[in-house]
Amino acid sequence: MSTPIITEPTDPRVFHPEEEPHHPEGHSTPLGFWIYLMSDCLIFATLFGTFAVLGHRYGGGPGPKELFDLWLIALNTAMLLFSSITYGFAMLAMHRGDQKEVMKWLGITAGFGLAFLAIELYEFNHLIHIGAGPGRSAFLSAFFTLVGTHGLHVTFGLIWMAALVLQVRKHGLTSANQRRLECLSMFWHFLDVIWIGVFTFVYLMGMI
Amino acid sequence: MSDPHEGHHETHAAPFPHGTKQDYVTGFILAAILTAIPFFLVMSGIFSSERLTAFLVLICAVAQIIVHMVYFLHMSPKAEGGWTLISLVFTIIVLVIAVVGTVWVMYHMDANMMPGMMTEPPAN
Repeated sequence: MSTPIITEPTDPRVFHPEEEPHHPEGHSTPLGFWIYLMSDCLIFATLFGTFAVLGHRYGGGPGPKELFDLWLIALNTAMLLFSSITYGFAMLAMHRGDQKEVMKWLGITAGFGLAFLAIELYEFNHLIHIGAGPGRSAFLSAFFTLVGTHGLHVTFGLIWMAALVLQVRKHGLTSANQRRLECLSMFWHFLDVIWIGVFTFVYLMGMI
Repeated sequence: MSDPHEGHHETHAAPFPHGTKQDYVTGFILAAILTAIPFFLVMSGIFSSERLTAFLVLICAVAQIIVHMVYFLHMSPKAEGGWTLISLVFTIIVLVIAVVGTVWVMYHMDANMMPGMMTEPPAN
């Protein structure tokens, strides 16, 4: 029943450009990845909100002052901050096109990332060992969820970094690989920003 | 009339904002100072007022987040025609509503539902 709409080639009414304007591949990646990071930021916002509500419910168990060692946290913070600047050096080497240098700095960054995770796992293990596991009190549930989620992000960042090292080794610093390294750069620096919130609100505020 | 495809054949990376070595070093030094100050304030307990210490720690955290955004994430009002900044502002608004709203509501729930508040025993 329906009549097919026939558009004459000479029809002056143009509803769309005849040819899409050409965009270089990946031109929208920076904004798209930024919006992903913002959504991640909201996940952390809800976890921080949860911690703010439950952070003082010790359930008769130990509080931050009995549990946290600020020297350990300062060391952990230093690891993440060092990894941020070494990743920055990897990006600078990438812009120079120096693949060997990129690999060197990525390796150092991964080392700092692994050190951060090792310290965090040591802390978690210590807490669970002394009976302050996530099941002990609402405070500890919120603590393990918030800090653990950050730790998981770091873990996935490290897996991503390992994958990119293999990619760069195999294909070199192609434009696709450069784009991937740029995305991981934003992800990695963003994790450092979240960590500022963690050490401020969870550890320092808890110890005051 | 030139071919619209012309000039795009060379492979180049996506237009990510990026900084210089100067940026990274400056950011790192500022971030290190802004990390050291709050840790020192809390660990030394130099101020007897808890409120003052908490306030200064908070100021350092906000300053350090801005330092990271500018020097490491290369945020600027011009990046992506301002869209990254707009999405950041939007996220911060949602974030503040979620966190402040949660704390506010739960604080009042808590304050009004403590056992001590029930002055009148339930009638039989």
